[in-house]
Amino acid sequence: MAGIVGYGAHLPIYRIKVEEIAKVWNDDASAIKNGLNISEKTVPGRDEDAATIAVEAARRAVKHAGIPATQIGAVYVGSESHPYAVKPTATIVMEAIGTGNNVMCADLEFACKAGTAGIQMAIGLVDSNMIKYGMSIGSDTSQGRPGDALEYTASAGGAAFIVGKEKNEIIANILKTISYTSDTPDFWRREGASFPTHSGRFTGEPGYFRHVINASKLLFEETGMKPSDFKYAVFHQPNGKFPTNAAKQLGFSENQIKPGLLTPIIGNTYSGSSMLGLAATLDVAKAGDMILVTSFGSGAGSDSFAIEVTENTDGKRKRIVPVSALIEKDRKYIDYSTYLKNRGSIMKT
Amino acid sequence: MEKPSASLWRKIKARYNLIGNECKNCGTRYFPPRIVCRKCGRKSKMSDFKFNGDGEIVSFTKISVPPDTFKDEAPYFVGVVKLAEGPQVEGHIIDNGGKIAIGTKVRAAFRKMYVDGDEGLIYYHYKFEPV
Ligand SMILES: [Zn+2]
Repeated sequence: MAGIVGYGAHLPIYRIKVEEIAKVWNDDASAIKNGLNISEKTVPGRDEDAATIAVEAARRAVKHAGIPATQIGAVYVGSESHPYAVKPTATIVMEAIGTGNNVMCADLEFACKAGTAGIQMAIGLVDSNMIKYGMSIGSDTSQGRPGDALEYTASAGGAAFIVGKEKNEIIANILKTISYTSDTPDFWRREGASFPTHSGRFTGEPGYFRHVINASKLLFEETGMKPSDFKYAVFHQPNGKFPTNAAKQLGFSENQIKPGLLTPIIGNTYSGSSMLGLAATLDVAKAGDMILVTSFGSGAGSDSFAIEVTENTDGKRKRIVPVSALIEKDRKYIDYSTYLKNRGSIMKT
Repeated sequence: MEKPSASLWRKIKARYNLIGNECKNCGTRYFPPRIVCRKCGRKSKMSDFKFNGDGEIVSFTKISVPPDTFKDEAPYFVGVVKLAEGPQVEGHIIDNGGKIAIGTKVRAAFRKMYVDGDEGLIYYHYKFEPV
């Protein structure tokens, strides 16, 4: 099967702390920090959106892969915050990375898992020799309704992955991928609505946990693998608690999920979430390490991947901008009013 | 709402990717691209050149009283950047908390430049970011 030949990530530099949001709504900050296992989240700059984040991540992925962008035959962008309702983000990305016009492009939407769905599509196209390389990006600038619990977690960021099948270029083999999908109304946003609606605090069981657990178990069944066969595991991270609980239920230790657990310090990047977690894990993984990735998108579904890091990873590592560097770099803490301005909620008249 | 023109479509590549050109006769590079080389005139041989976007600030200014287009962005920085690969280029400079000064090293980032109301186009552009 095809493998990962390059990846890249992007995070905005702005951050807002739980305390700053809690102050506005008179919430108990420490209860929220403990309840959600989150301390701060990223906020996009006024000049950033899902397309600019996708482009920055995609350019880093091309650099890491060390391939000419003109050989990329497909670009998929998964997001629930595409800047246009009609006008594909993927067209902006293909032009900005310079694939040339001979390229398949589409925007995907499956809540927080559209980016991993795009990886599956790219694998199919590469394995069937329809294209040489395929790129899939998960990128979001998500918003929570002011005062809603989601406001503490909804953040911005993205990651791009390039898949190919040249053995000497693959840094991580994708051994198997499966999906677990059902019609579950746990979280939605109607066309034209500014903010999503969710079924409340009980969406975890029928939504997140059912799909993440079942997809991961299905992957174990079909590969004959078990949690102890994996060095690392990455789960979708709507908050810091859910992935930790899912890992425990499946039999993974805290150490296995540690490198990929980013939500406590960057928030929930939606389509970027599990892909950024995978990027951060690949940043530190060594040849031979096995990684389980299970994404989740409300609606609902999970994509699960068994990934094996190859010896090529070290040779390409110097071209990576690690996720840890993006997290640390130039962090700028903002107050709630700047946050509102960055989101475009308040403007000069 | 502005109607985008065909000339705007042709500029997208240059705005996204700093694509200028190079005179193959004398090696001089230009951004924005020129039809004829300033040095070689009729002997010029122009060919597209994509700049990698790395450079350093040679001059800058802070805009506090902006044109209407950027009324919500002020204060912001604009400046001239000397690209490592040749020409000097004008552009917005992202205030990322890094030092904005003459000699500051920058890279070309990809950002929204201007949004035409609620129904018009979103204009994307390179902006220089201190590294
Ligand atoms: Zn010349």
